[in-house]
Amino acid sequence: MRPLTDEETKSVFEKLSKYIGDKVSALINREDGDYCFRLHNDRVFYASHNVMKQAATIDHDHLASFGTCLGKFTKTKRFRLHVTALDVVAPLAKHKIWLKPGAEQSFLYGNHVLKSGLGRVSENTPQYQGVVVYSMNDTPVGFGVSAKSTQECRRTDPMSTVAFNQADVGLYVRGEDTLI
Amino acid sequence: MGKRDFKTLQEKRPGRKSRKQKDPTEVQTSAKLLSRKSKTRFAKRLAKKRELNSTEERLESGESVNGKSEASRLTHDWVESDDEGEDTALDIEKESSESDESDGELVEEEDGTDRVESFDEDSEPLDDEYTDEPTEPSSKSVSTNLQLGGGTIETSTPDLESLTARIKETMEVLSDFKSRRDPDTPRGDYLDLLAADLANYYNYNTYLIRDVIMEIFPLNELLEFLEANEVDRPVTLRTNTLKTRRRELAQALIGRGVNLDPLGDWTKVGLVVFDSPVPLGATPEYLAGHYVLQGASSLLPVVALAPQEREKVLDACAAPGMKASYIAQLMRNTGVLFANDASKERIRAVLGNLHRLGVSNAVVTNLDARNVHRSNRNFDRVLVDAPCSGTGIIAKDPSVKTSKSQEDILGLAALQKELLLAAIDACDAKSRTGGYVVYSTCSITVEENEWVVDCALRRRDVKLVATGIHFGSPGFTQIRGRRFHPTMNLAKRFYPHKQNMDGFFVAKLKKLSNDKPKAGNKVEEEGDKVGQLNNNNRGEKRKLSEGGEGKKVKSAKKRKGKSGDKLENNKEGNKEVSGDIKSKKRRRKKKKGDKETKEGTDRLKAKLVMKARHFAKKRNAKRKQMKK
Repeated sequence: MRPLTDEETKSVFEKLSKYIGDKVSALINREDGDYCFRLHNDRVFYASHNVMKQAATIDHDHLASFGTCLGKFTKTKRFRLHVTALDVVAPLAKHKIWLKPGAEQSFLYGNHVLKSGLGRVSENTPQYQGVVVYSMNDTPVGFGVSAKSTQECRRTDPMSTVAFNQADVGLYVRGEDTLI
Repeated sequence: MGKRDFKTLQEKRPGRKSRKQKDPTEVQTSAKLLSRKSKTRFAKRLAKKRELNSTEERLESGESVNGKSEASRLTHDWVESDDEGEDTALDIEKESSESDESDGELVEEEDGTDRVESFDEDSEPLDDEYTDEPTEPSSKSVSTNLQLGGGTIETSTPDLESLTARIKETMEVLSDFKSRRDPDTPRGDYLDLLAADLANYYNYNTYLIRDVIMEIFPLNELLEFLEANEVDRPVTLRTNTLKTRRRELAQALIGRGVNLDPLGDWTKVGLVVFDSPVPLGATPEYLAGHYVLQGASSLLPVVALAPQEREKVLDACAAPGMKASYIAQLMRNTGVLFANDASKERIRAVLGNLHRLGVSNAVVTNLDARNVHRSNRNFDRVLVDAPCSGTGIIAKDPSVKTSKSQEDILGLAALQKELLLAAIDACDAKSRTGGYVVYSTCSITVEENEWVVDCALRRRDVKLVATGIHFGSPGFTQIRGRRFHPTMNLAKRFYPHKQNMDGFFVAKLKKLSNDKPKAGNKVEEEGDKVGQLNNNNRGEKRKLSEGGEGKKVKSAKKRKGKSGDKLENNKEGNKEVSGDIKSKKRRRKKKKGDKETKEGTDRLKAKLVMKARHFAKKRNAKRKQMKK
């Protein structure tokens, strides 16, 4: 386990700010203590300080995870955000999309969001903006990237995609192996 | 019901239908069993057959079987009576005789007459032979194949009707044994017969029924338990209070068409599901981490553990993470939770579950739980949900019925003892809020439950406390002659047929101090012996008990050395006490020699005990003086 280097920190924060904007500082200074990012086995973990200190007592081969795993660095050093980061990112999300009940299942299977499945979308969402996808009762179900801005969404035909599926909660069942 | 003959009970005749399945060697029996009418028909048919096939049979005469001689005798005596009207046979007689005809062949002489082969020179008259009750049926009877205490019994009947009837009868006899028993048969034989039948009926191996289940349950509960293991327990959920509340979750699920209810007054997070049109493991609420599918009895160890906020808690055998996530939700994501499991593959399940449920205070580790205490010794609470034989979850996993043997269970017991001792060592007795260790298994055997906890009570400074669960059966303080610590009834046992949840055992220990009592206390080792089921696998224990005496000698010596008035020791010229290496070697040699004679060790023991007392007296006297 080690802290992130400057470059790594930059790429992680860039990715996060796609979804939460400038509120990255809110991630670090929270009311219930200081949180930090650490790198372990090419994965970025987000945990409070005391959890991190306790995890530091475990040797490298035997430590599987601590806190929340945000995502991992690929071989080419790009940062990929995993669905496990949903609980951390969702409360701070800047742009949101709500799905109709019928489209929930489709999204959970990994499909993109069509205009016909779109329930609501937050105002002034530009195109290709990172969004957090919710179901109608306000439970976050995944990450996405908007395919069209809010204005365009109103005008397009029902069969066009309005958001690309980046990660969804169905991965806990479909892709258990990708989590570790 | 009058006194019954054990033999008739054992040799209960198989049902009518299974008679059809007899093999050729049993022709004789069925021929014996025929009534006079059918004997006539049988004989006539044979005679006809003989006439038709005389030449062929001459060529194809098969081996002489006992049955043939009987049949030939039959024909000789009865062939004269020729009633046409009696030719109409009953179906059952037709079938049985057909099978006989195909099997039985007469021995033919070349001149066409039958040769009566009388095998028994002092053969009894025909009438006596054809009684209804065969004294020695040729079919295999239970008595010949009964293997005590292991393996499967071969009974002649796969016929469930007769099995159930026999089980019922044996239970009736056993319930009022004095008046209903066969005076020659000991109770053990009846129990063995019952065990064999139950094993056959429910598909268990005999060891499990005879030496595990029948030891734990009285006869009236025995059948209830076995029946309960055939039926699934109700599906239960646990609300994840980190993300939602039980009421809201219930509303959401009812909206999807699920029929559910709160689980009981003992839990605020449990829900029991009666039926569901949607797969509960794939609803959006499940995937969002609002609930988990968890058995009701799995909630109990965590309820007993009662982790508080901002504590440091260890779950030593965490996979798949159901209990660990429950602990985290009770701690409200504060403090630190160590979720450990020795298996790398199963750790993935823990990771997935913890992340899905939004647990952020967990450190997931892949250590052998027997070594955790080497690096971390200051946990406030520890949960050991030890790997076990699974005899409590037979309803979920029927393969346990046939796959567990005594070696398995004792091996698991050894592992569980190590785990519990390590867990106790990892726990901090001086913790402000805690100092508790909860041991739980999903098994009902005494070897894995009370015995393990008893071992921990003797080897560490811990005591049993109430679990905080107000229902359930108490743990055994003594069972079948084996005695455990008297507080063992504070532990709880749960059964499928009583509480309608998977079989479970939960014990809560409070650590009193971080010290370990000195090894080699005589009381401890005896307790080990008493608690043993079987000495075969416990060679280690025997060594301990032998070495225990040697250890005792050492500790007594050490004590003496420490209390050390070295002058006094030297005065007495006691070589054993002085601390230099040479004398240690001599000491060791002496010990080795002493092992050979019990008398020698006894004498030595007595000597040292007296000396220890002597020095202790002197020491105390000195201290008193110093105080004054």
